[in-house]
Amino acid sequence: MSAPVVEADLGSSRGRVLRHLLHNKLGVAGGVALLLVAAAALLAPWIAPYSPTQVHFETPLQQPRTVGFPLGTDDLGRDILSRILYGTRASLQVGILAVALSIVVGAPLGLAAGYWRWLDGIVSRLTDLTLAFPFLILAVGLAAIRGASLSNAAIALGIAHVPQMIRVVRAETLRLKGAEYVLAARSLDASGVRILATHILPNAVPSIIVQATVIMPAVVIGEALLSFLGLGIQPPTPSLGIMLSDAQQYIFRAPYAALLPGLAIMVICLAFNLFGDALRDALDPGGHR
Amino acid sequence: MSLLKIEGLDVAYGSSAVVHGVDLEVGRGRRVAVVGASGSGKSTTAAAAIGLLPGRGRITGGRVLLDGEDITPALQGKDERRVRRLRGRQIGLVPQDPMSNLNPSARIGRQVAETLTVHGLARGAAARSRAVELLEEAGIPDAARRAKQYPHEFSGGMRQRVLIAMALAAEPELLIADEPTSALDVTVQRQILDHLERLTAARGASLLLITHDLALAADRCDEVVVMSEGRVVETGQASRVLREPAHEYTQKLVAAVPGFGAARAEVAETREVLRVENLVKEYRVRGRRERMRAVDDVSFVVRAGTTTAVVGESGSGKTTTARMVLGLETPTSGRVVLDGGRRDMQPVFQDPFGSLDPTKTVERLIDEPLRVFSVGDGRSRRERVGELLDQVALSRSLAQRRPVELSGGQRQRVAIARALALNPKLVVCDEAVSALDVLVQRQVLQLLERLQVELGVSYLFITHDLAVARSIAHDVLVMRRGQVVEAGKISDVFDNPQHPYTRELLSAIPGRAA
Repeated sequence: MSAPVVEADLGSSRGRVLRHLLHNKLGVAGGVALLLVAAAALLAPWIAPYSPTQVHFETPLQQPRTVGFPLGTDDLGRDILSRILYGTRASLQVGILAVALSIVVGAPLGLAAGYWRWLDGIVSRLTDLTLAFPFLILAVGLAAIRGASLSNAAIALGIAHVPQMIRVVRAETLRLKGAEYVLAARSLDASGVRILATHILPNAVPSIIVQATVIMPAVVIGEALLSFLGLGIQPPTPSLGIMLSDAQQYIFRAPYAALLPGLAIMVICLAFNLFGDALRDALDPGGHR
Repeated sequence: MSLLKIEGLDVAYGSSAVVHGVDLEVGRGRRVAVVGASGSGKSTTAAAAIGLLPGRGRITGGRVLLDGEDITPALQGKDERRVRRLRGRQIGLVPQDPMSNLNPSARIGRQVAETLTVHGLARGAAARSRAVELLEEAGIPDAARRAKQYPHEFSGGMRQRVLIAMALAAEPELLIADEPTSALDVTVQRQILDHLERLTAARGASLLLITHDLALAADRCDEVVVMSEGRVVETGQASRVLREPAHEYTQKLVAAVPGFGAARAEVAETREVLRVENLVKEYRVRGRRERMRAVDDVSFVVRAGTTTAVVGESGSGKTTTARMVLGLETPTSGRVVLDGGRRDMQPVFQDPFGSLDPTKTVERLIDEPLRVFSVGDGRSRRERVGELLDQVALSRSLAQRRPVELSGGQRQRVAIARALALNPKLVVCDEAVSALDVLVQRQVLQLLERLQVELGVSYLFITHDLAVARSIAHDVLVMRRGQVVEAGKISDVFDNPQHPYTRELLSAIPGRAA
């Protein structure tokens, strides 16, 4: 049955995506949470009550809602709120770096693999190899060679997520390669690089953005994991993973010291997931209406 | 008393009304066609009558009477059980797309038997044997064996027969067929419609046929209801509506039906623009030893300022031929000789929604060929885009729009402007007007004709529609299973077809027999 044609619905595509997004309650919630998380990370130096490394030996392990320490203090008397704000900042830094790496490496490889058949086999085998290689061993190896640090954690996490990005971009390229506007460009003898850059990449951007919102929370958790194991960000720089690791020693005396950073990780991931899902639905409304 | 009576029906999707006060009547044993362009509300009206409005669609006014009983409240969702009893038992539905309306993982026989079980007409072995009978009646040869097969083992026409068998399983009094053959080739279309006609007549059932094809409607039905923009504009005897349409819209529709007008005037022999010699394309088929010949020894020429049409049904190799001419596929053997270079040949494709990159503005779309060949600078390119927009009769103010903001006909004009940007000698049109409504189709064909006269450009015109070929082409090739079965001047081939397949194709065109 042919779908009804609603003539009024010829608005610009950007307006349509935005309208669709605003109709999705969970998506709006995710978006708001995302803005709050981003604001917390960006403004941490100005809104944090203390320096995250400042110790208060006289007031260790204070409960939340203590005067002067809204979320309490840890075993060294450091303010948990300030550490969470800075930890979020570190998490997002690693997240953005890793996602950027996965896009910069993954998108061109995915485009090339999808467009040129002969490259496909090579890239796909490399992808399988990366996927088969345990990510933790990669991270340990990198930490051993270059030392444990925020940027090395981001590199390890970025490399670990390159295959996902390659697969998504490759699939999108394969789909778009058959589009008539690509055939039209090919019959002009336009070069492959030109077609990829002017027709396929711009049309694949929505998928890349959606995939980035999927990788982001995975990277945030990955960073917490690496820092927890001592392979990522090094103390005294605050990280949500380090906070968890420190807090586990006295988890029965001060459960909030572990709960609060854990909650922060959850909020960050949930914000990205909800917003990413809503964005995917808004960019591809055909599948759900 | 009439079987189905629709009075002042209003239907809305969300807050936008799409059907306004439609009146429609189907008498017992009568065949009624609802004709209209896409968006005219014809499918929506049919869907409303059977309670199958998609998404947020709902009946907002009017009444639907079936056999004198007001079933409007039930259709509005107040009595789901009544609607279920209605569907299948009283009204059968033959859907448009035979590909997506069968479960690919269930055997055909089981799917037909399920229809019987659902309506409580038969169960178990009885349902299975009745299913085979129904398939046989629907014209499926060797039905007992084929009932054990899966949908992918059936061709499109055969699947449509299965769907007809299912729609008729519960012996409904009314059959609604929504574009039942628009996805099928003309020769198959004729067989299916013949069969549908026989089956409904044998059962004394009524038929409500939804179609965009006025000629087909007039051929197959007693009465025609013409819809436009959600309203009924004309109702009447099929032959009368086609011969002397009263409403202005119907008049335009009748005039736009291709093939009714005269063929194009012959032109003097001019020089060759394209020569195709013994073109062959073979594909390897998975699991088979021998290779499949998609295009088998095809030769033809296109002369300057003329149109050569390549006509054929699906699988005839016409699109593969076009792609080899365009250099998108490499021929297995044979040659394509073009007078000039790559830039002298440009394509226009079928899908007005898929042929333009949605991320680019109209200006960027049209000047892409100029950029690829580094013609001129920014200013001269902008000037050229303006000229091209004038030539295809689009407003220059559309230059900064994107494809989503354009209608199907406007998009196809943009695609034509783009193809003309480099002043090519040859434009390859691959089903360029097939996805357009008949009125828009007519306008685009007229545009192509005018541009040919003004610019002297040649067309290689690939189409499945013989009537379209007749109205645009000077020469024609008829293809079947990769081979050219007949070729020549359009008037010779149409008025005096030599090959039996050409004759079959011609006689299958709706409206031609009348």
